[in-house]
Amino acid sequence: MQELDPFVFFAVFQEMLGFWLWLLLAVAALGIGSFVYALVKDRGIRAGRFVYAQIVGIAGGFAALFFMWWITSSSIRDVGGAIDVVLVLAIWVGGFLGGTILSYGLMGLTGRSRRETPVVTRIPADTKAA
Amino acid sequence: MSDIHSDHPMPSRRAFLKLALAAGASTGLLGLGQARAAIRSNARIVIAGAGAAGLAMANRLNSMLDGARITLIDGRKAHYYQPGFTLVGAGLKPASYVESTTGEFVPRNAEWIEEAVAEFDPDGNAVVTSSGRRVEYDFLVIATGLSLDYEAIQGMSPDLIGRDGIGSVYAGPQAAAATYAEMSRFADTGGVGLFGRPATEMKCAGAPLKYAFITEDTLTRRGNRSKAELIYAAHGGALFGVPIVSEKVRMLFAERGIDTVYRHVMTAIDPVRKIATYDTPDGTRELGYDFIHVVPPQRAPQAVRNSPLPWQDGPLAADGWVEANRQTLRHPRYDNVFAVGDIAGVPKGKTAASVKWQVPVAADHLVGTITGTPATSVYNGYTSCPLITRIGRAMLIEFDYDDNLVQSFPGLVAPLEELWVSWVMKETALKPTYYAMVRGLA
Repeated sequence: MQELDPFVFFAVFQEMLGFWLWLLLAVAALGIGSFVYALVKDRGIRAGRFVYAQIVGIAGGFAALFFMWWITSSSIRDVGGAIDVVLVLAIWVGGFLGGTILSYGLMGLTGRSRRETPVVTRIPADTKAA
Repeated sequence: MSDIHSDHPMPSRRAFLKLALAAGASTGLLGLGQARAAIRSNARIVIAGAGAAGLAMANRLNSMLDGARITLIDGRKAHYYQPGFTLVGAGLKPASYVESTTGEFVPRNAEWIEEAVAEFDPDGNAVVTSSGRRVEYDFLVIATGLSLDYEAIQGMSPDLIGRDGIGSVYAGPQAAAATYAEMSRFADTGGVGLFGRPATEMKCAGAPLKYAFITEDTLTRRGNRSKAELIYAAHGGALFGVPIVSEKVRMLFAERGIDTVYRHVMTAIDPVRKIATYDTPDGTRELGYDFIHVVPPQRAPQAVRNSPLPWQDGPLAADGWVEANRQTLRHPRYDNVFAVGDIAGVPKGKTAASVKWQVPVAADHLVGTITGTPATSVYNGYTSCPLITRIGRAMLIEFDYDDNLVQSFPGLVAPLEELWVSWVMKETALKPTYYAMVRGLA
């Protein structure tokens, strides 16, 4: 295989997705941006919201897998070699991370600012003394 | 199944597509970027043929040269993504999946003469088009592709495809779709299915094997495998040109119950009686069929065969393949002539992956002649074939002139293993990579 450069990857992704590449990049930017925004705004991760986001992420992982099987006219019965299992895990993890980050970020943007205790918080002075 | 371009991608799909693309790289369709500065030149470059090889060459030269006059000559307005023909023939994609137009890939500052080349005059450094127009050149790139010679099989005609159990995915998108209709009918009713390949050089020698596997899988999925007898008629003593791959396919055929007969070259077909006739070492043999996948003999187009450009002797002479140095693609007798793609008279590789690896080498040597700095790049015969062994799995076969298996991801994607990852690559990454190549971007 000859060298791969980012330009080639981008050119192929453009051919693969066309308009959807830009939409995909916009959604990814929205997810990451809103996730970072929520982190900064809340000065940490809100545990309750994060649990919900991870539930969405789990569904996202399975959705990514089923989507791939759908667009490639294949199914779980076609997963054979070790590299196939790695690919399945990679797709699931990709879907999980994408779903978690995007849903957490969107909840941060649109959610009613529930006053819940962040995971990372300041320890009150009186308990310190105890 | 719709084209992936029109599917609604999910954000979570991105990471996976990258992985699929990395796998796509293993086909050899990915390659060099185009970072170098353009070289000033007023050379007249004629490219005969605007298929995958001709267009890729035009786009690559266009990015390497500034001021050169690039002329493409080809009367075909439609462009077909031929690696997708088997997917259409499998009923997984519509005919439109492989269809585009030549015009959308022609570089903006290149001229496209929408005629066929009728005559090559390499001694006069000119070609003559079908309307009689003479076009002179400083460099000629021959990328005419090849001719499918269905009529060389007595009784056969492309018009028969899609009728009375006759299929052939090679003849074009509609023929591939019609082939699926016949194969699908056969998968419902059962009977005898015949497969095979011609004794000539051919494009994608894995496709006849793939179609046998696809048919077997379709029968199995419909619960009708026991109703069918499948026979693969190999033209020689092996199933594939690379011995280790041939052995693997032999084992898979045995496992799937696909019978094999060797040294059977199809010479005639009787569509009424549904009988195919073969030349064998023991004389003529007739085999009846309920479905047959016909792969026609393939040879150079008439205009090439009538010219002084083909090999004058050796195994590639009879069918008129253009004489070319196997490492540089340069014509040994006309040093301003190059051959790329199916027409190139080199031992292996009439595939899109071959084109991807041939074009940069031929372009380097052509531009090296212009600049006076001889190029050093070499084409080693690399080609690849995602050999579908059932719907959902494929073996990523990559090899070179010397029958060596070439592994893009050693230890990860095993070449002789039926893998989902290789199937995913074929389904998702190959087509966009092919189009990026044709545009000169990959």
